[in-house]
Amino acid sequence: MKAGVLALQGDFREHARVFADLGVAVREVRTQAELAEVHCLAIPGGESTTIGKLARSAGLVEPIRQRVLDGMPVLGTCAGMIVMATEVKGGEPLLSLMDITVCRNAYGRQVDSFETELTVAGIDHPVRGVFIRAPWVERVGQGVDVLAEHGGHPVVVEQGNLLATSFHPELIGETKLHEYLLGKV
Amino acid sequence: MERETGTFTVKSGLAEMLKGGVIMDVTNAEQAKIAEDAGACAVMALERVPADIRSEGGVARMADATKIEEIMQTVSVPVMAKARIGHFVEAQILQALGVDYVDESEVLTPADEEHHIDKWAFTVPFVCGARDLGEALRRIAEGAAMIRTKGEAGTGNVVEAVRHQRTMLRQIGWLRTLRPEQHVSAAKELGAPVELVRQVAAAGKLPLVNFAAGGIATPADAALMMQLGVDGVFVGSGIFKSEDPAPRARAIVEATTHFNDPDALAKVSRGLGEPMPGLDIKELGEEGLLQVRGW
Repeated sequence: MKAGVLALQGDFREHARVFADLGVAVREVRTQAELAEVHCLAIPGGESTTIGKLARSAGLVEPIRQRVLDGMPVLGTCAGMIVMATEVKGGEPLLSLMDITVCRNAYGRQVDSFETELTVAGIDHPVRGVFIRAPWVERVGQGVDVLAEHGGHPVVVEQGNLLATSFHPELIGETKLHEYLLGKV
Repeated sequence: MERETGTFTVKSGLAEMLKGGVIMDVTNAEQAKIAEDAGACAVMALERVPADIRSEGGVARMADATKIEEIMQTVSVPVMAKARIGHFVEAQILQALGVDYVDESEVLTPADEEHHIDKWAFTVPFVCGARDLGEALRRIAEGAAMIRTKGEAGTGNVVEAVRHQRTMLRQIGWLRTLRPEQHVSAAKELGAPVELVRQVAAAGKLPLVNFAAGGIATPADAALMMQLGVDGVFVGSGIFKSEDPAPRARAIVEATTHFNDPDALAKVSRGLGEPMPGLDIKELGEEGLLQVRGW
């Protein structure tokens, strides 16, 4: 089994390290050929507008969508959540995979970025949530489960094979969400 | 649950999110829009690009607050802005404006020849320039959350950025070879705190994100710096002093992502028009160097 990390821009190395810590082979994905090699995909934090442009020019948008329709599990964190959403306030949807409405930079600018303790369904320890110019979820569609909330907004959501967080488990070496993703393969 | 803002994890975390990206110098909202549309992961607001600061002379200061606000209102990517070395009040103003990162920059005229800003005192994170490992660790000791090579801004000549990155790599390699009892004398030689020296010796890398800056003018320059191990690139005069900024900006973004793929680099290096005119560093003389500002 090989875990993929979309490596166009952002903190993809941190995601790769989490997979490596879990003893899984990792492939950085920048091309269609690399995408074809992997069994699941993490979409990292970063700048969602930048990741979107690079994904389009690399011809990765439709291939990723197709792989997901064929059952490939995906975990998106922060910018990753934004590019997975069907509706984006303050931006355009990219992959339109998960039936959620997200609002970009919803907590404010960098001086409002924060960390806090979260309770995530299915994880038996408190999770340190690092929110960096983070999006929040304004609406969840049918079939979307909310696994964690903060300040009245969902911050971990799941829909079938798709998992998305507003914060960055990869930044602090939190492995449980990646483990959960691997369990879906 | 309580929210903690301004923690070091949050400050350095934004730098982690910028990795693999290109941060572009912009002097107005129109340029900021071009940069964002080209795929910049952030923009740097300043009064004049380094090439103009170099040719026009005079004191270079923080950009006008109205300009910075216009840029912040125009783009959704993070907005950085430059403050003079040691000018903590410019930094306070930038924080009050809500910029996402402050660059305590040698490109502006230093306000203090002895002290850099105490960056721990701020909620907004700082990026600082460095020519070598000791300088990088001194800035980290002062609270910088991101490092960049200084290079030689406004020259369109990548040689100094290469020199600074290679120096950093050589010194990190040297620390790796030392025995623990040598760490204190290494710290003395580098002029850096021993705790940070020990950290680098153990990890074999800088503890923070390190971008390249100062002289990057082409997609090949950006990929060169990435292959030399930096986490991303700043492009100053290189874009808006070139013949056709938008396609060049896009090409540099592509080259920074596909830095290890010569076919992709060849593809993006076509038909970009004239790059900015370059300067030979030797002709600048010691007086003309920006990199020697700060210590």
